[in-house]
Amino acid sequence: MAKVNIPFMQTGTLVVGNRLLDEQDRSVQAWQDRASSLTHGHRACQGCAEALAARWVLDTAMEVTDGKLMVANATGCLEVFSTLYPESAWKIPWIHSLFANAASVATGIAAVNAVTGRGDIRVIAQGGDGGTADIGMACLSGMFERNDDVLYVCYDNQAYMNTGVQRSGATPPAARTATTPAVGRQPGNTFGQGKFMPKIAMAHEIPYVATATVADLRDLEAKVRTAMSHRGARYLHVLVTCPLGWGTKSADSIKVARLATQCGLFPVFEAEYGELKSSTKIRERVPVEDYLKLQRRFAHLFGANADEAALERIRRLADRNIRMYNLLPEGAAA
Amino acid sequence: MTAVVVPPGLSASAGSSVRYLTGSWRTERPVYMSLLPPCSAACPAGEEIQAWLYEAQEAGEGYERAWRSLTQENPLPAIMGRVCYHPCQTACNRGGLDEMVGINAVERFLGDQAIEHGWQFEVPVDITLSHKRVLVVGSGPSGLSAAYHLRKLGHEVTIYEAQEATGGMLRYGIPAYRLPRAVIDAEVSRLVNMGIKIETGHRVTDFAAETAGFDAVVLCVGAGVGHHVNIPAGHAAKVMDAVKLLRDTSAGSPPMLGRRVAIYGGGNTAMDAARTAKRLGAEDAVIIYRRTKEQMPAHEEEYLEALSEGIRVKWLSTISEVDQGRVVIERMELDAEGRPRPTGVFDEVEADTVVLAIGQDADLSVLDGVDGVTVDNGVIAVDEHMMTSRPGLFAAGDAAPGDRTATVAVGQGKLAARNVDAWLRGAVYEAPSREAKALFSRLNTWYYADAPLQSRPELEAARRTSGFEEVVQGLSTESALFEARRCMSCGNCLECDNCYGLCPDDVIIKLGPGRRYEINYDYCKGCGICAAECPCGCIEMIPEER
Repeated sequence: MAKVNIPFMQTGTLVVGNRLLDEQDRSVQAWQDRASSLTHGHRACQGCAEALAARWVLDTAMEVTDGKLMVANATGCLEVFSTLYPESAWKIPWIHSLFANAASVATGIAAVNAVTGRGDIRVIAQGGDGGTADIGMACLSGMFERNDDVLYVCYDNQAYMNTGVQRSGATPPAARTATTPAVGRQPGNTFGQGKFMPKIAMAHEIPYVATATVADLRDLEAKVRTAMSHRGARYLHVLVTCPLGWGTKSADSIKVARLATQCGLFPVFEAEYGELKSSTKIRERVPVEDYLKLQRRFAHLFGANADEAALERIRRLADRNIRMYNLLPEGAAA
Repeated sequence: MTAVVVPPGLSASAGSSVRYLTGSWRTERPVYMSLLPPCSAACPAGEEIQAWLYEAQEAGEGYERAWRSLTQENPLPAIMGRVCYHPCQTACNRGGLDEMVGINAVERFLGDQAIEHGWQFEVPVDITLSHKRVLVVGSGPSGLSAAYHLRKLGHEVTIYEAQEATGGMLRYGIPAYRLPRAVIDAEVSRLVNMGIKIETGHRVTDFAAETAGFDAVVLCVGAGVGHHVNIPAGHAAKVMDAVKLLRDTSAGSPPMLGRRVAIYGGGNTAMDAARTAKRLGAEDAVIIYRRTKEQMPAHEEEYLEALSEGIRVKWLSTISEVDQGRVVIERMELDAEGRPRPTGVFDEVEADTVVLAIGQDADLSVLDGVDGVTVDNGVIAVDEHMMTSRPGLFAAGDAAPGDRTATVAVGQGKLAARNVDAWLRGAVYEAPSREAKALFSRLNTWYYADAPLQSRPELEAARRTSGFEEVVQGLSTESALFEARRCMSCGNCLECDNCYGLCPDDVIIKLGPGRRYEINYDYCKGCGICAAECPCGCIEMIPEER
């Protein structure tokens, strides 16, 4: 199902619901009877965007599959804050095994469902950026390469937040983490290292790869619907703000994700079989500084010892994304 | 059957996370507010504009609900939707995003819908009737508003109108091309239908005798007397005042003006007089004003409409002498304080008639022989309860202190009515306290898609000056709905579901259409996302006291 474009009715497409819309045109999150797959009482930090994104993804999948859904979770924040022994905040069938093997566990569940004639039960694997791009990479690559019938969702908060904010393969350059302190000649995370997992997924030429953020609910829901309409291996990468690890105000979680897309540093797009299909255009382009300044992990780039050279490299990264993923609306100057 | 073996260390029974109340983490709690939108704060008639636009946004039956909500405060939407200078729009927060919401055009649309569909006011039934009789003198906007609100409060209301028809300055001061007479008739007859008695052609000449049977009196006599200045004029010079020009034209006996007309003054009445002169056949209508365009009291819209009809303006000019066929004007200049002063340089303008539009005075003849009423600066002095110095005698509108616009008159009429009601009950009226203002800085404008103002079509200039056809047309249903939906609902929940959908802790409870939301404070961690992402800024984060 394609993304719904809501005609202007007081608000546009960007709000969750809208009382003036027909029920079926509202997002799943606007429904009174949404699944609320991840319920309250979980121990995520105030303003945790990962908890939010997980509910959005799974509520949509629950709606699409009519409740026939099983979820395998990698180790990470999401697993820890949702299932403090002996309690669980999940209202859906959910399993956790190891840090590295969520993709393999999901593959196994899907295989058993298939051979027992329960192929109607769909399977999602999910994890953070550490469990996806670093520790679980081998299992995930195998799942992609075999085209197993699983949607893998990565909630990318750009470091190992659960264990105290250590650098991961998804940490952006110049960001301060516990293992990339803001000291020395090149403070923060090194430029030129790390990996962008959606491109790795695309290289496997699987049926569907998409990115999304917590700043655009309807876009995310549409991508989950599209992903669930395919069989085989699918990958969804969601940028989720981490107030603790990024040093942002808890109330700013949506705003910061929005700025990440509007400055060009996080491209929102869809790809099928390794080919870029569409990208969500920037609506109001902002300088990268607008995004970076709200985050204490980039504080060393500003102020008395402002690092203009590092800022210029980050600007170039945003410009490259805009070119590569065609992020400007038609007719806009690059 | 074998018993389930629980391994050592796994003795706790499994359960849901809802046993753990994360609300204890909170230092601030989100609270839904209902704030005062700037439009309502600016409305002299006290309309709850956001509230009636909210109903109109739902279209269909929403239009009647919107009209009923609007007329809680103002009984004349079809009239005010045409003649109000809409300070609400000047204050509108949307002006900071793209363009202000065209509130006035939507008000007119609703007023016209009501006339078209014959919507009537609900008449209070006898249980609330107070058995008190109130006399309103004058049926202009303040008198009609006062009568309406008194009637709604259960009183028996009579209006005495000196002229042959109702409406006061609405009918005799505002030209028909701005306010068609059928619109006045329709809105007045609706007031008559709710039981208000109106006696036209009844000028009060013996105050004591004519008010004897009433428990209270409200004076809404307006300011319908043209102000005069002494200008040296030859015997054959033709000088008349603008109020008379407009009144006689409205009454169907327009004066002979000649081919060239000079209008003296820079207010709305001057604009109306000049545009009326054009329509009466004047080839040239020139406005002579002693100050500059920036200092002109006329509203920009009326000035621009006059210009487009070929009216000329001579700024910084005073009339020093009038003779047959010509006017001598003296050039003025501004002194250091911006006041005009004469320059001694003279000029001539050809004019068959000079129309004076230099202000109006209240007609206080009704008070002849009445003791104990203080008149101050030419208007009837009133206290904060709109009561004159004579107990039981109230005043509102242009004859009372305040700005002289129809909308202010409607607001004063309402205020007078509520005070009369309290006074009749031996009580003191207290205006309800108003909420804090919903400032632009509270809004999250990301969520309001760019939507341009819908303008009202206008009659082309060539057709305008040939008659008194209405110049500004109404919005189509489609445009009116679009315009109503441009309202950003400042400070008042519009049920967009953002708080419900964007809560990471799933603690917002959606109560269903029209019932908004509740927050489960047992679990709310106080992150503040709901408040930050609320488009209309109706959620406030309030520090917890612990």
